[in-house]
Amino acid sequence: MIDQHLPILLIVVPLMAAPLCILLRRRELSLILAVVVCWACLSMAARLLQRTLSEGVISYHLGGWPPPWGIEYRVDPVNAFVLLLVAFIGAIVILYAPCSVNAELPEIRTSLFYTAYLLCFTGLMGMTVTGDAFNVFVFLEISSLSTYALIGMGKDRRALTASYRYLVMGTVGATFFVIGLGLMYMKTGTLNMADLARLLPQEMHTRTILAAFAFITVGLSLKLALFPLHVWLPNAYAYAPSIVTAFIAATATKVSVYVFLRFYFTIFGADFAFNNLHIDMFLVPLGLAGIFVASLVAVFQSNIKRMLAYSSVAQVGYMMVGVGLFSVTGLTATLIHLFNHAVMKGALFLAVGCFTLRLGGCELADLRGAGRRMPVTTTAFIFGGLSLIGVPLTVGFVSKWYLVLAALERGWWPVAVLVLLGSLIAVAYIWRVVEAAYFQKPDNEREISEAPLSMLIPTWLLIGATLYFGFTASFTGGVAQRGAEILMGIGS
Amino acid sequence: MIEIDVGLINYWVVIFLMMTGFYIVMASRNLIKKMVGLSLFQSSVFIMYITAGKVLGGTAPILTKPGTDYSNPLPHVLILTAIVVGIATTGMGMALIIRINEAYGTVEENEIRSQDAAE
Repeated sequence: MIDQHLPILLIVVPLMAAPLCILLRRRELSLILAVVVCWACLSMAARLLQRTLSEGVISYHLGGWPPPWGIEYRVDPVNAFVLLLVAFIGAIVILYAPCSVNAELPEIRTSLFYTAYLLCFTGLMGMTVTGDAFNVFVFLEISSLSTYALIGMGKDRRALTASYRYLVMGTVGATFFVIGLGLMYMKTGTLNMADLARLLPQEMHTRTILAAFAFITVGLSLKLALFPLHVWLPNAYAYAPSIVTAFIAATATKVSVYVFLRFYFTIFGADFAFNNLHIDMFLVPLGLAGIFVASLVAVFQSNIKRMLAYSSVAQVGYMMVGVGLFSVTGLTATLIHLFNHAVMKGALFLAVGCFTLRLGGCELADLRGAGRRMPVTTTAFIFGGLSLIGVPLTVGFVSKWYLVLAALERGWWPVAVLVLLGSLIAVAYIWRVVEAAYFQKPDNEREISEAPLSMLIPTWLLIGATLYFGFTASFTGGVAQRGAEILMGIGS
Repeated sequence: MIEIDVGLINYWVVIFLMMTGFYIVMASRNLIKKMVGLSLFQSSVFIMYITAGKVLGGTAPILTKPGTDYSNPLPHVLILTAIVVGIATTGMGMALIIRINEAYGTVEENEIRSQDAAE
């Protein structure tokens, strides 16, 4: 019975729990509720992935209305994989909350924090699970609005301006997206994704659909922070509370990348986007430019959160290069990097949160001597950093391996060389942290203790995941490849 | 012919409002004016959807006799949702502006920037 309603339960449970958190008022109670809900969603998402891998596409009709009239939730291995990723990050990061939130937020805002967190979680899950194009917009706004609130909770007053800027740019992006949907609706009279995919080919070369394609591309590129539309991202990540940064850095842009893939490959069709419009000639250069510009900017940041934020822009570049290579291997690289980057960036930002808690800040100067004072956190950070660089036996290596393979398969060896060069820049900025942590003397002789266990355990769980999935990539690789084949229209 | 022209006038209004709103968002240095532009930008999309769904002389499809013209109700419903989203966005933006004003004592972007640079 419950099994049958899993797709909607993933949305309804966190959505209902969010206002309950306000009503509960006591922060311990809201925390317990949020933890229970996130872990319940994780188990449901795992079950969904397992079912869709064995049974194929699961279609759920809201209110019993069959598509294309009613809203359909459609789960295939691609979005089941992304659902599992979001739920996994959500469930791990919430464990980190008690210490971090109590330290960084005033007490009256803590239960509001859990509300916004669950709403953001709902929105991201909804964007992923739905098979209705307008529904994507609604959930996109649910997640965005709660993200603005979460970012605005930062201690620094610059968090407010960062949140405002993200609000303006995010709304412009979402409105562009909805203009594109409107244009598609005018031509086809449907909003169901599968139905759109069926009806669009006849209208493909009208100016309306071309305009829709352009609006949707730009709108989603803004949300997923494709260079040069990334300007909202660095400040938003840098001034948000640590736990918020870890959560949104690991999930928000990833879900947008998924929606981008869904629109390009399922709705417009790979043939239209790549063979007719040659969108790869646009995605690969922008992706590569993002990798280089953002990585170079990252090297010169003094704030570690800002540095990692720029690195996130670069990582989105890698994903877009994978899309642009337009092959099963390239898409596998994108999907696997989606997962891998979420895990490692989540871990890195959680480690930065531990530093912030104990050292009072996350400037490079604060980190001097942290290697000796907080060895467990620093080791976690270094493992995360190695993964970001792409050292073998970490997840970063697996992503880069697939990406280079895809570039060579297409015969674009300069792209492969550039991808590897981009990784070298990552060595530079990670090294600056290592140097500060291990080779510089701290400014003061204050006694600094290691971060509390409730923060170290989630950090190490994610680091463990980067090492585990780097060591054996059969699960992530297998699912990502299956997803890539579905997107490319090969296999089922 | 006339009907087509009436339809096109609506779309010209949409484009005019959309570009005006977008220009204000980009060019204005005042945070509140930016929100005005953003609302205008969003409203233009509402009109676009409604125009697409409207049939001249058509009515609401409630208990109509077969054969009567009716307007497509779906775009209206979608836009009801989008209006709610727009209100939430404006509300969120205004709330942030209030807090920015408390923290910086100004809502002008260049003054905020110079205060940040001075830190």
